[in-house]
Amino acid sequence: MDEQISRRNFLRGVGATALVSALAKATAVAQSAEALDDQKPVGPGPAKLVLQVNGHRQELAVEPRETLLDVLRNRLQLTGAKEVCDRATCGGCTVLVNGQPIYACMKLAIEMGGQDILTVEGLGNQKSLNAVQQAFIECDALMCGYCTPGFVMSLTALFNEKKNPTLAEIKKACSGNLCRCGTYPQIFKAAQKVAESS
Amino acid sequence: MPEWPKEPKQLGKEHVRYDGPIKVSGRAKFASDMQPGGWLYGMMLRSKWPAARISAIDLQPALRIPGIRAAVFANNPPFIVRYYGQEIAAVAGVSKQACLDGLRAIRVEAEPLPFVVKEEAALSDASPRVFENQPNAGDPRVLQVGDPNTAFQSADKIVEGFFQTSVQLHHCLETHGNTIQLNDDGLTCWASTQGISSVKDGLADNLGVPHDRVRVISEFMGGGFGSKNGAGIEGGLAGRLSKEAGGQAVRLMLTRLEEALAVGNRPSSFQKVRLGAKKDGTLVAYQLEAFGSAGYASGGMTAAGGGGAGFPAPYIYQIPNSRVQQTTVAINAGSARAMRAPGHPQASLGMESIMDEMALALNMDPLELRIKNDPSEIRREQFRIAGERFGWKAKYRAPASSPGPVKTGVGCGGATWGGGGHASEAEVQINPDGTVEVRCGTQDLGTGTMTVIAIVAAEAFGIEPSAITVKIGDTAFPASGGSGGSTTAASVSPAVFDACQNALRDLSVASGLADPRGSNWGPATSRLRINPVVARGRWKEGLSGHGAGGVQMAEVAVDIETGFVRVNRIVCVQDCGLVVNRLASISQINGGIIMGIGFALYEERIMDATTGVILNPNFETYKLPGAADIPDIEIVLQDMPERGVIGIGEPVTIPTAAAIANAISNAIGKRVNHLPIFPAQILGLLGKVPGVPVEERNGETGA
Repeated sequence: MDEQISRRNFLRGVGATALVSALAKATAVAQSAEALDDQKPVGPGPAKLVLQVNGHRQELAVEPRETLLDVLRNRLQLTGAKEVCDRATCGGCTVLVNGQPIYACMKLAIEMGGQDILTVEGLGNQKSLNAVQQAFIECDALMCGYCTPGFVMSLTALFNEKKNPTLAEIKKACSGNLCRCGTYPQIFKAAQKVAESS
Repeated sequence: MPEWPKEPKQLGKEHVRYDGPIKVSGRAKFASDMQPGGWLYGMMLRSKWPAARISAIDLQPALRIPGIRAAVFANNPPFIVRYYGQEIAAVAGVSKQACLDGLRAIRVEAEPLPFVVKEEAALSDASPRVFENQPNAGDPRVLQVGDPNTAFQSADKIVEGFFQTSVQLHHCLETHGNTIQLNDDGLTCWASTQGISSVKDGLADNLGVPHDRVRVISEFMGGGFGSKNGAGIEGGLAGRLSKEAGGQAVRLMLTRLEEALAVGNRPSSFQKVRLGAKKDGTLVAYQLEAFGSAGYASGGMTAAGGGGAGFPAPYIYQIPNSRVQQTTVAINAGSARAMRAPGHPQASLGMESIMDEMALALNMDPLELRIKNDPSEIRREQFRIAGERFGWKAKYRAPASSPGPVKTGVGCGGATWGGGGHASEAEVQINPDGTVEVRCGTQDLGTGTMTVIAIVAAEAFGIEPSAITVKIGDTAFPASGGSGGSTTAASVSPAVFDACQNALRDLSVASGLADPRGSNWGPATSRLRINPVVARGRWKEGLSGHGAGGVQMAEVAVDIETGFVRVNRIVCVQDCGLVVNRLASISQINGGIIMGIGFALYEERIMDATTGVILNPNFETYKLPGAADIPDIEIVLQDMPERGVIGIGEPVTIPTAAAIANAISNAIGKRVNHLPIFPAQILGLLGKVPGVPVEERNGETGA
């Protein structure tokens, strides 16, 4: 056994680390409990909420059980994100939160205050489309169009991270999105077109 | 007889989708996106019993929930529900959350009844009955051609097989439903539908509104695949809720769970097949004994077009002597509806599987056996073209002969579909500034109908498709009929072309220019004064055709240690008559193949015999093909302009599953006989896990 790291010393070290981290956790829990004491609990009725959506500040009163998707679609009339499964299995409601693609059906709206939310409507209008949207049109990467905003958002997030992804990376970026019309081959083609042109 | 231009400038070229920009930007408003002022959310209460006598429903507690504005029965009690998920009541309220509370508050008194959800069990005399007064199984339909008994005796080889296909769900991504406003002025419905006209008639009759006061709109809809031809029970309920709420609009879209229960599916099939052939491969005799279930409506009540579980047999091949017996059995489950090429994928699986068994028995190339017995000249040629493109001769090997634990295999299959055009009208308006508006009461299911209309009008006028404004999906426009059976392009294109020809005649008179098309377009239209040219047209014989074939070949890799299947490649050769939009046609073919992959490998509604409940009502447990499951797809699209426009939405999904099943059987050397072909089945067939999920009853039987 290495003299420098004997089993005993190693375990002692771990113990000390664990102790410190447990103390830190306990302190944090106590602090957040104090913070909660200062706050009135929200719900079950509507609570005030400020959302930042597509660069606009939105003041709302929502029930704690309302999802981000419910609020975007039914209160803000941002119907580009679709409710297809409402259970995080299809990607039809994909939006970007601080640049990361998420399922809007899996977030409660009241958790989303102060975050930067981007929906498909925030990418531009029909006259000023981003590269992914433009490639979708050119490669016929849409049919009924119901899943399209979700795929566009997932791929937009990919290209924000990486200019020139591989086909495998493109497929992985779409792996959380379902299309029933079967447009996948053209979606891959569109994404590859964006990758090649960058 | 009218004719398409011999040297088209627009037809058959690659055109981007007319509705591309509005869809990729999230601006397209589907029925589920509609929010007329003061709109209410609607939701439904469904049976939690697979069978029960509903004696009383109390809606009052729901009406006392804050935010609930209306509540209605689906039927006045007492009544009997016959499947888990049947409609009981509906509420409308100011939010989804209010509706959820409202549904929970409804009190239902029910007496559970015995039920049966498995087809084999339902066939037994001892089984509970779905309808009290009749047996679950109807009388078998028997069709005999020639003298099969004698023909089997004269056969050199006879093979038998037992094949099973599962209930497949449509799972359109936009669920079924409508946004409906019913007030003293009449009824407006934003529908997610394949048939605005049938929704209009259905709602008007159901709700007692004169037809001239009903308007149905469906500018965009999120997939139908055969399941969205009427307003549905949910449409009638939304209308009644709107009326009861004082005329406020109600948006009632189903949830994904409801989508799996109540709005259609492809029936199951259990097929016992026997095939006899001469030594040289000439097929002489065929016998089929089959049963399947189209859900509870097989028993007589057709909630929404639930038909039987029958399918065409023998499929596509010429067999002079045959005996076909098919039985439809009712079970306590949601009713079937038309689903993309109803009956055909099931028929294809049984037929193409037994063809491969026969090829093995005869020691003959399966492709040669098909070409020898296919009566269709077009499809025989397609088998040859596909074989060359695919490299069939080099790739086809004896079963299980590829080395190593990952076995490759190949398979093929063919399709037939009627299609054709139906009565449709269209209206064209030419404005003094040269712009054109085409109005047609059809609907675009994602198949590219709007783009087809723009292409046809542009061709007729000698202008660019971008100069055409297309208005569809509104019963205020000339009626065009439903979008089913791959008939839309073949119905709409001739109607639009005819309207354009009539408009051209009027424009010629008004402008004094003999030929106002192309370079004369600007000068001609500028001579129009106050009134634009408005002309109507209708579908005419000669511009559309019917009867598409199609052949597909599949190459798969099967890991015999895990049972995992990867489809590596599909080659498809498809005729389509006159190609209108090459780009969208390719998309349509890709889509059909991918849905066929789902049918082959993943999709199955699983009912629980003990509780009568569907076990996989969501996308976690009911698997749709995803990004990782897509093979290389190579398409040969045969342009045959002389045949007119022919729809291909359906034929392209038919042979995929059979080709894959044959490829897997070729890879592992055992006949897979149950769709979907899941890994456990493969491991079972290979004797690697105890018990074969589906009894192996195939192979050569004698002669």
